[in-house]
Amino acid sequence: MEVIPIKEESDIVRARVAAKDMAQKMGFGLVDQTRISTAVSELARNVFVYAREGQVHLEVLNNPHNGIRITFIDQGPGIPDIDLAMKDGWSSSGSMGKGLPGAKRLMNRLEVKSEAGKGTTVIIEKWLS
Amino acid sequence: MLQSSAIPILKIGDFLLVSIQYDIHDKIAELLQQDILKRISETQAKGVLVDISALETVDSFIARSLADTAAMASILDAELIIVGMSPTVATTLTELGLTMAGVRAAVNLDEGYDLLKASLGQRVVDRRNR
Ligand SMILES: Nc1ncnc2c1ncn2[C@@H]1O[C@H](COP(=O)(O)OP(=O)(O)OP(=O)(O)O)[C@@H](O)[C@H]1O
Ligand SMILES: [Mg+2]
Repeated sequence: MEVIPIKEESDIVRARVAAKDMAQKMGFGLVDQTRISTAVSELARNVFVYAREGQVHLEVLNNPHNGIRITFIDQGPGIPDIDLAMKDGWSSSGSMGKGLPGAKRLMNRLEVKSEAGKGTTVIIEKWLS
Repeated sequence: MLQSSAIPILKIGDFLLVSIQYDIHDKIAELLQQDILKRISETQAKGVLVDISALETVDSFIARSLADTAAMASILDAELIIVGMSPTVATTLTELGLTMAGVRAAVNLDEGYDLLKASLGQRVVDRRNR
């Protein structure tokens, strides 16, 4: 497992490049590599913008699917209403509200766990088979 | 504090040429926007070509930053064209939910340059017929 700390803007780039490299090595095609790196960029930015700092974990999945799993962990303010946060166009920061719903469309799985005041964990997966 | 994006902005006649050669982070994208707008007003450029063919990942932040720069450039009477977006990046942006509507695009620099020249010619004609 590879861990990338998110503390500053350039870490968002580091996370998306690392995810793309790993996806490429695992045999994902170019379009899937790009989907993965784009989703990682969106979710790593959410960590940076809303929680100031956190971590990105990259790991290989074997069972029941072969693929990549990326987990974003922060101890920020949390998301009070996850269903609302998943809505296309909804944003608490006056942004476009595309990150979470967009990342969900780009991946095979996206799960958000969050507790107000404690932090947020977002898990995404892309499957090879 | 960084003052400039350090990405070169070249002038050719009435146009500016910006080539983003490496994956840029958000702060650099903001500075680049500022640099481009400043150069437009300094040089009175009528068009800007922004080559993004080297960008492997374009997420919502960069896409919005490019679209905003294009909108602000047009207020300064300059047309901005995005050059060289890969089909893979375009597909991914659509799935992400971004349309980039209102931003003109060209496949390569030659085509972008021709588009700018054509629309500059058209603007001259429009002005004469006013
Ligand atoms: N890690 C997080 N911690 C706390 N709140 C979050 C986190 N990630 C997302 N959110 C909340 O969920 C909302 C939706 O997130 P999403 O990424 O979809 O949109 P956005 O960040 O507002 O806009 P965009 O990503 O398009 O710039 C955010 O506005 C924010 O309120
Ligand atoms: Mg976001």
